Amino acid sequence: MGPPRCRGRFPRPTFRARRLSRPSPRPVSEIEKKRGRAPVPAGWDYAPAPESRDVVSLRERYGLFVGGEFVAPRSESWYSTISPATEEPLAEVAEAGAEDVAAAVAAARGAFENGWSSIRAADRAKYLFRIARILQERSREFAVLESLNGGKPIKESRDVDVPLAAAHFFYYAGWADKLEYAFPNRRPRPLGVAGQIIPWNFPLLMLAWKIAPALAAGNTVVLKPAETTPLTALLFCEVVRQAELPAGVVNIVTGDGRAGAALVESEVDKIAFTGSTEVGKAIQRRLAGTGKHLTLELGGKAANIVFDDAALDQAVEGIVNGIYFNQGHVCCAGSRLLVQESIAEPLVDKLKRRLRTLRVGDPLDKNTDVGAINSRPQLEKIRELVAAGEAEGAEIYQPPCRLPERGYWFAPTVFTNVAQSYRIAQEEIFGPVLSVLTFRTPDEALEKANNTPYGLSAGVWTEKGSRILWMAERLRAGVVWANTFNRFDPSSPFGGYKESGFGREGGLHGLEPYLAFEGAETFGG
Amino acid sequence: MSERLPVRKTYKLFIGGEFPRSESGRTYLARGQNVARASRKDLREAVRAARGAFGKWSGATAYNRGQVVYRIAEMMESRRAELAASCAGDEEVSTAIDRIVWYAGWADKLAQALGSANPVAGPYFNFTIPEPTGVVGILAPEEPALDGLVARVAPAIVGGNTVVVVASEAQPLAAVELAEALATSDVPGGVVNVLTGQKVELAPWLASHMDVNAIDLAGADGLAGELERAAAENVKRVVRSGGGQSLWEISAFLELKTVWHPIGV
Repeated sequence: MGPPRCRGRFPRPTFRARRLSRPSPRPVSEIEKKRGRAPVPAGWDYAPAPESRDVVSLRERYGLFVGGEFVAPRSESWYSTISPATEEPLAEVAEAGAEDVAAAVAAARGAFENGWSSIRAADRAKYLFRIARILQERSREFAVLESLNGGKPIKESRDVDVPLAAAHFFYYAGWADKLEYAFPNRRPRPLGVAGQIIPWNFPLLMLAWKIAPALAAGNTVVLKPAETTPLTALLFCEVVRQAELPAGVVNIVTGDGRAGAALVESEVDKIAFTGSTEVGKAIQRRLAGTGKHLTLELGGKAANIVFDDAALDQAVEGIVNGIYFNQGHVCCAGSRLLVQESIAEPLVDKLKRRLRTLRVGDPLDKNTDVGAINSRPQLEKIRELVAAGEAEGAEIYQPPCRLPERGYWFAPTVFTNVAQSYRIAQEEIFGPVLSVLTFRTPDEALEKANNTPYGLSAGVWTEKGSRILWMAERLRAGVVWANTFNRFDPSSPFGGYKESGFGREGGLHGLEPYLAFEGAETFGG
Repeated sequence: MSERLPVRKTYKLFIGGEFPRSESGRTYLARGQNVARASRKDLREAVRAARGAFGKWSGATAYNRGQVVYRIAEMMESRRAELAASCAGDEEVSTAIDRIVWYAGWADKLAQALGSANPVAGPYFNFTIPEPTGVVGILAPEEPALDGLVARVAPAIVGGNTVVVVASEAQPLAAVELAEALATSDVPGGVVNVLTGQKVELAPWLASHMDVNAIDLAGADGLAGELERAAAENVKRVVRSGGGQSLWEISAFLELKTVWHPIGV
């Protein structure tokens, strides 16, 4: 009996399903082999359901968006951005150099001083409402482009990323002319120019999380998208022009870490960074003593804690969502499962069974659950940590998968028999890899959950309300999900404790980092 | 050669998303136009419609309510000419539209601005959240015909309430134009109901209706005292706003609910 395949459809240019090349009718032995594959109904295969790429029209080349126009980089440097599912090049984008970043900051400063800070707040609100509406109307285009450039399943970009991004603009539009209610008696004023650096895991959503509150508070921005995922940010520039936002209020500079470093060094009043803890610390060191405002949203190693009275099937869905949603490229991913000993075995069995139904495949196929890993370096990192897990003695399980040669893929993975000290229990893998540990008492669960340098999120599964609140009180994490996971909303503040960063995004709390108040000034932390 | 004969319009009531004439058949002339003159029965129908619409409107997410209220502004913007002709003019229309946009932005912020987690002296999680009071009766001010009405209706509905409005008696056309804009927006039928007619006839029935939760006396003028007494029958919340645009115009129509849950392993 051959190895059962990870169910899914792969991007057509590089992979042909075996079925397509086999003549029918099939030999009886094949049918019997298929029936032997437990547990899903034999022969129940999904037909391909590709989302059309036609809605997106890509240019060959995108300049930097500075002062309301697309301009060629002074660095005269370009690079190619690809689809991680097929490694096909999609477009050329500019590599911003220090001069380019300086020009963008100057444009933002000019826009701030010559209008944006002094236009009526109600008009700032209206611009943001326009942007929200346009995003909603062009949502299909953005969803397809996000999946194409980033590798995440179209189901996610269509149902989560793009709607939430539009919702963030809609939410913060409403605050623009109500700041005195959000901060009574504090006389809030915008900071000026904000430099914003975002990661590749939720490119458009992270852009919305950054730009919406900054603009609502009256600032202008220079945003640097991640190196591997510039395209939805560049498409967003078209929305900015459609909304007739004054030139220079939003500037987008594409490039790699060097462009980000240049932005940190530049004449901005504030830096907002979402990315790895390592880079976040470097930025914090660099800005120390400069007086620039800083917020950081960094990594995590969240514990998803399941008690013996939890609704097991719901918990399994929550665990799977927690670590395999977006291929595990989520800072608040539930990458550690802490399960109470008495139900560990049945829970892990259910989990493995569920893993066998996950569909790894073409991000643009509407059936796909797990898409492509975003880049080769990220894939290497995941492989390295998984190898370390095996070497340290944890037991690995992966549903058998046949992955294509082109593109970056990793099968959903779960490690059992993990000790608290293993690298796979302490370090952020940022991939579809779950580490399972057990506990006996709530105190032990807490001890283990809190025992990492991180503190971004946590999950608690139990039917007992008082226990949820007891755990929530004691978990050192900025977001606690009880009997659910990975829920986001523009009104709900999000951010970390400890080395997961400081500052909050979402809610009225998300406005604070973008405002100056009469009285004490606060910098980072 | 002769001038075109215009088709005369009767400005009708707006109840449950539809435009019925008064069940009494009566009309009156306001600014040369024929306007329906609502009766007590019409008012009772309007309250029924408002109550019927309350569950769905208050149950919608705050985000959804915000978007729906914003859409009202979109519909008004495209009807500027008719609205301007029905009130003092262009400037009043602009003010009214911008007021709607301002209130729309509050829908998904009220819980944070008005709610709290309360630090009770015991192992309980305790939180307070605002909720809509229910059906709100509004006596619109005589002037400004459009903006005065919008300034009372917008804060009531953005918090999740449904309303029954008695429009300005002398200048009712703006209210009906607004109703026509509402009818083509995404506001569910029954969330806003508009009655035109004699204030002195309708107001006492609104103030004494047992299924109305709050009454806004902006346009009460000399009737205020009598109406407040009638409102006491079912302990209505009586709102006498000083005018203006603020969070507190919204909170006047909201209740506060506090919830406890023990904390323990």
